[in-house]
Amino acid sequence: MFKILKYSFFDLVRSSWSYVYFFFYLLLGTTLLFLNNNLSTAVITLMNVIIMLVPLIGTIFGVMYYYNSREFTELLLAQPVKRSSIFLGQYLGVAISLSLSLVIGLGLPFVAYGLFKSPAIWDFVMLLITGLFLTLIFSALAFNIALSNENKIKGFGFAILMWLFLAVIYDGLFLLSLVYFQEYPLDKFSLVATMFNPIDLSRILILLKLDISALLSYTGAVFKEFFGTPVGAFASLGMLVVWVILPLFRISRVVRRKDF
Amino acid sequence: MKKILLFFSLFFFVSTIAAKEIVVCHECDVSSIKRAVELAKSGDTIRIKKGLYKEYEIEIIGKSLTIIGEDYPVIDAEMKGTAFKIKADDFSIEGLHIKNIGTSHTSDNASILVSRSKNFSIKNNRLSNIFFGILLERSENGIIEGNIIRSKARSQANSGNGIHVWHSKELIIEDNDVQGVRDGIYLEFANNCDIINNVCKENLRYGLHFMFSDHNRYLENLFENNGAGVAVMYSKFIEMERNLFRKNWGSASYGLLLKEINDATLKHNIFEDNTIAISADNTNRIDYLENDFISNGYAIRIRGACYKNVFRRNNFLANSFDVAYTGNINENEFSRNYWSDYTGYDLNKDGIGDVPFRPVKLFSYLVNTTPEAIILLRSMFIGLLDFSEKVSPVFTPAELVDPQPQMKKIKW
Amino acid sequence: MVSIKDLHKKYGSQVVLNGLDLEIKEKGIIAVLGPNGSGKTTLIKSILGMVVPEKGEIELNGKSILHKWNYRQGLDYLPQIANFPGNLRVEELITMIKDLRNKTARDQQLIDFFGLHPYLDKKLNKLSGGTRQKVNLLLCFMFDSPLIILDEPTSGLDPVSLLRLRELIRTEKERGKTILITSHIMNFVEEMADRIVFLLDGKIYFDGTVSELKTSTGQFDFEHAIAHLLSEEHV
Repeated sequence: MFKILKYSFFDLVRSSWSYVYFFFYLLLGTTLLFLNNNLSTAVITLMNVIIMLVPLIGTIFGVMYYYNSREFTELLLAQPVKRSSIFLGQYLGVAISLSLSLVIGLGLPFVAYGLFKSPAIWDFVMLLITGLFLTLIFSALAFNIALSNENKIKGFGFAILMWLFLAVIYDGLFLLSLVYFQEYPLDKFSLVATMFNPIDLSRILILLKLDISALLSYTGAVFKEFFGTPVGAFASLGMLVVWVILPLFRISRVVRRKDF
Repeated sequence: MKKILLFFSLFFFVSTIAAKEIVVCHECDVSSIKRAVELAKSGDTIRIKKGLYKEYEIEIIGKSLTIIGEDYPVIDAEMKGTAFKIKADDFSIEGLHIKNIGTSHTSDNASILVSRSKNFSIKNNRLSNIFFGILLERSENGIIEGNIIRSKARSQANSGNGIHVWHSKELIIEDNDVQGVRDGIYLEFANNCDIINNVCKENLRYGLHFMFSDHNRYLENLFENNGAGVAVMYSKFIEMERNLFRKNWGSASYGLLLKEINDATLKHNIFEDNTIAISADNTNRIDYLENDFISNGYAIRIRGACYKNVFRRNNFLANSFDVAYTGNINENEFSRNYWSDYTGYDLNKDGIGDVPFRPVKLFSYLVNTTPEAIILLRSMFIGLLDFSEKVSPVFTPAELVDPQPQMKKIKW
Repeated sequence: MVSIKDLHKKYGSQVVLNGLDLEIKEKGIIAVLGPNGSGKTTLIKSILGMVVPEKGEIELNGKSILHKWNYRQGLDYLPQIANFPGNLRVEELITMIKDLRNKTARDQQLIDFFGLHPYLDKKLNKLSGGTRQKVNLLLCFMFDSPLIILDEPTSGLDPVSLLRLRELIRTEKERGKTILITSHIMNFVEEMADRIVFLLDGKIYFDGTVSELKTSTGQFDFEHAIAHLLSEEHV
């Protein structure tokens, strides 16, 4: 697996897309920090970018890489290597190269800004952690979609649809159900609903850092327990880990019986 | 009248000439404070040496005494009642450590109870494990300075206030540090008081609490992590300047709660990380000038019946909600503030955004009716919703705008 | 060497292999032919373990290969389309495959043979289709395994390289290898193949030498013989 990972990674970090992605973050970080000069608003803008763009890029890159390397994958399949190693290796190659673009691209301007002296370091670290998780999760979901769709166009369509659903539509339905059932106690429901969407989970993790004071304005005891104690952060992080593992588990299962 | 005055001054004169000092210590002739007070005449000084004195109900009636503790002698009331009960003018208490004041449902046990007194000072004392700390009633013209008050209040019903003022006037409350009581500083029917540079932290209810108290000023205080920072209720002409309100967190928590307040000014205060920085209910003619609101849940929450409040040149930075609003615009005015959420442009480069800013988000209404929706804060869907509301307001008052949003943070 | 018994495979409702039996004992070149959709590729991929059959047994040197992967150490494969990670250099690609096999390879000899020296430092997405096919051939032949499977080996090669390829395949045959080929170029097959396996509807329709094929169909020309096989089916 690590051999495949190594070469996929070499291949991807040299691709121009990685550079575009990297320079995009570099530019974003630099403008936010040096033109705006306000760390807390910069972190908020970054959060909006991260919960929207990172999943989208992860999805598109994942699907694209899978379809583009189909023939090469055939060659690899004919080598004495386990199937799951091939796909997990390729997946990790994609996820790690994307993560690297994100971390270095955003990290450099922040380091230059003197982040390590500022108390906002933890907000920033949380942003990077959720960014990493979202990359891992959405490239894994993309691989799942690509594996289940031989047709490229269909695969791309499903992938974009999945992103749109999790990024926007899910929250719309979520809000609708909250408003519709507002006579009932909903705090448990809303926490559970959050767990089923990795984008929401990441958002909550950042909110715990940025907007904790607003979150605590709600009176429900369940919320208080969740947001007011480390329970919330640990539960969200734990769920994110599950969100990484489940798609990977499915990849290795699907791959075992798939025909190429 | 003149005769009486003459008599008093003469009396004062005589007593100062005859003033003596009584030293209290375990090995001294006088080994109890009570005994010392009995022996002392007006104008005398009682010097209490280091040691443990298990005494309570020390009554000083009509004697102008100077009580000085050396190296903080400990007066332990053993939870039995009030330590000092004073009804006198021109006295001072300094350098004592008073502890173990028991809670009671029938009487307001305090470390130092002052009633019907004038011209006094209570300085640099330490009060610990207390019910009430310093309790003043019907008194005037006193200084309460540099006292450190600590307790471990658990429930509102079984705890008292750090500095409690009732029906008094012209007090200076300065440089005190009050932690772990019900209200840090409480004023009821107290007028013309200055509350300066105090620290009120981790108190159960409010850091500072005004009820029916007019013409007071509080300046340069720190209110941190209290049930709520400051509550100002049913009062007029309050000046609030250069205070710092921090981390007052919780579902019913405010940095500053204003209720039925008229003609007050808030200037150069900083509100940081509070669940609700300011909640205003029934307030009229309040000027909010050059305050900073940083990373609060709600910067300003306007409940009903607020008229002619002016918000000018304030900085709103990274709050979850800048303004939440109930009711009509009611001649309240927002102008020339800096809003970090503002996304407009400034083509003529005059430092003022060319597009007015709407500080009220649709989402704040949603959260008001469906509190659980707070969990969707900053999600993309909510962003879209707020954006469409901004473009064509349906739910938020259309006239609630800052017509001259600043492009840069205001320096004051 | 290769023994296939009662192999069944369908994609959805479409039956591709329908109880196919094939026994390959001898060394030499075996051409797998058949019209599109006859199951050539599926057969090859089954041997390679890329397609999982519903039913049947495939044995290599007496051992079942289904759901195993280590046996591929003993076989080489040339994929139809030569598409490699574009940002790797030719040299890196060769190292990668060598890494995966962990086996001595004769890559230098083949680099000389295909004249790939000037390209070793180039990125794969900068190569022409022909050069890429040469790299493809190199990756396939460098391990010297006893069984070689070639899927359309002639595609995209210039005439000179085609000559070289024939030479290479012949040498390999003489060195005692078993070589499985699919190809659309009939004269290439006629020239190279020792045995023709003709697939139709997921079964072996003809199995024999080129001359046997010609005699049984009564045609002198190989291409005509193949065409005859196809038309017979329609009769």
